[in-house]
Amino acid sequence: MADAAFLALSVLTIGTAIAALEFRSLVYGSIALMGTLGGVAGFFLLLDSPFVALFQIAVYVGSIAVLILFTVMLVRRELIFTKIEDPKRKWAGIGLMLIFMVGIGAIILDSGLKSITTDEPPVDFRDIGKDFLTYYWPALILMALILSSAVIGALTLARREDTVNEQRAD
Amino acid sequence: MSNELIEFVIVSVALLGIGIYGLAVKRNAIRMLFSIEIIINAANLNLVAFARFLPHSGGQTLALFSIAIAAAEVAVGLGLIIVAYRMYQNIDIADFRSLKG
Repeated sequence: MADAAFLALSVLTIGTAIAALEFRSLVYGSIALMGTLGGVAGFFLLLDSPFVALFQIAVYVGSIAVLILFTVMLVRRELIFTKIEDPKRKWAGIGLMLIFMVGIGAIILDSGLKSITTDEPPVDFRDIGKDFLTYYWPALILMALILSSAVIGALTLARREDTVNEQRAD
Repeated sequence: MSNELIEFVIVSVALLGIGIYGLAVKRNAIRMLFSIEIIINAANLNLVAFARFLPHSGGQTLALFSIAIAAAEVAVGLGLIIVAYRMYQNIDIADFRSLKG
């Protein structure tokens, strides 16, 4: 059976996920998204994966949420408030979500996952480090290249071309 | 371990459903990025949960890769949103219609 920490984390994560999409202001929405990401980090702690949980907090809560907040600040003020949505589309979206949840949930509950429990000790995070440097090293290098190219790409995209370089003009 | 695998999978399905709702309903580009983040987190939760119950370190490794790639994706996505905002003075994706035939 689920314990109290699990229930509290589920309520926090799912509640803030809904709030992130439904708050009228994007600023409050991005703060609620931080709650969702932190809640998922809490789930990782419950699953005895402290390394992934810390990575999640450092990358998601620490950088992605702050990046989103700064982007929201760059946008004009009236755009960060949601206009009234088409109610038909909204109800269609809620119906799609419910059909999806009930369908996938029924399939999962019907499968054999319910009987899976474990008493084995959790994976040691030192094994993850060894895996990274032995078996997965090409993927690690590729990931570093992808991250640097993504940063260069984002900077190139966001660069303003209409500003004149003063030094070059002299 | 007092929690069962099925509970984590159900939370993950709920997050995935909320993300799909956001992608289907919201027309604000930044909110659609929120939905994508929620869906990626649902996937990561599944990976780590299955890795704990097998138990095998591969799931956690894959989750770490997934988090790093998601960070790159968000950086590029926000750059695209800023460019689109400069071109259209709006972040409503219903207005981004230059490619419409």
